Amino acid sequence: MAARVLVNVPPTAKRGEVVEIKALIAHPMETGYRVGPEGQMLPRDIITRFSCTYGGVEVFSADLFPALTANPYLAFTTLAVETGDLVFNWEGDNGFLQTHTARLTVA
Amino acid sequence: MTDAGRDGKTLAGLSRRTILGAGAALVVLGRPSAAQATPESMAAALKQFTQGGSVQEGRVRLDLPPLVENGNSVPVTIAVDSPMTEADHVRRIALFNQKNPQPEVVRFTLGPRAGRAAVSTRIRLADTQTVIAVAELSDGSFWSARADVIVTLAACVES
Repeated sequence: MAARVLVNVPPTAKRGEVVEIKALIAHPMETGYRVGPEGQMLPRDIITRFSCTYGGVEVFSADLFPALTANPYLAFTTLAVETGDLVFNWEGDNGFLQTHTARLTVA
Repeated sequence: MTDAGRDGKTLAGLSRRTILGAGAALVVLGRPSAAQATPESMAAALKQFTQGGSVQEGRVRLDLPPLVENGNSVPVTIAVDSPMTEADHVRRIALFNQKNPQPEVVRFTLGPRAGRAAVSTRIRLADTQTVIAVAELSDGSFWSARADVIVTLAACVES
């Protein structure tokens, strides 16, 4: 099941401009420390790694721990160097894998 | 009649209330105790991140609200005073806490392509505590900033 993704990248930028990127994904980020309705421990189910490549080069990545909120939100910046695709990757427990692509046009 | 159950005494001479009370206590004690990070385990996690390198105060700005109403979602911004050039940039930023079940919160990997050393996210906090951000620069030095946070409603760790 694909998770809902909300990514905010400006469509255009000037060369050398610092572009702010915001990425949000729908995910429960179950910590593994909570007790369920029947008293059993709920197993951990989190996103462990996020990465962003720009024109094939990784420009940002993050290792996530259970202390990040449900629907993890990450905001970071990158230098606009050339027109290209920004590919966002979320990897997590239970084989979770989600990819999203956004195009940045550099004038 | 001398039925043990009717006059509220069991054969062992214990009242029903005592037994019920003991049962309730067992239920409470029998719950798995939640793991908790301590200042010591945070120091250990920090040491693992720095590989024994010394950490200096400064150059990092950690923005956290001083009073948090809901520990389930706390906005955090970390900014590092760095030109972010090929020769001088921030390599990694890590965030640690003292009282969540795990000392690590998040680790970011940046590079000169970031343009600016500033990241934002939202975290969970289980208790009133100190949060520390540590940044590793390209010259191998470590810089840190800490923030004290008062949490009114803790992130649900137990239920």
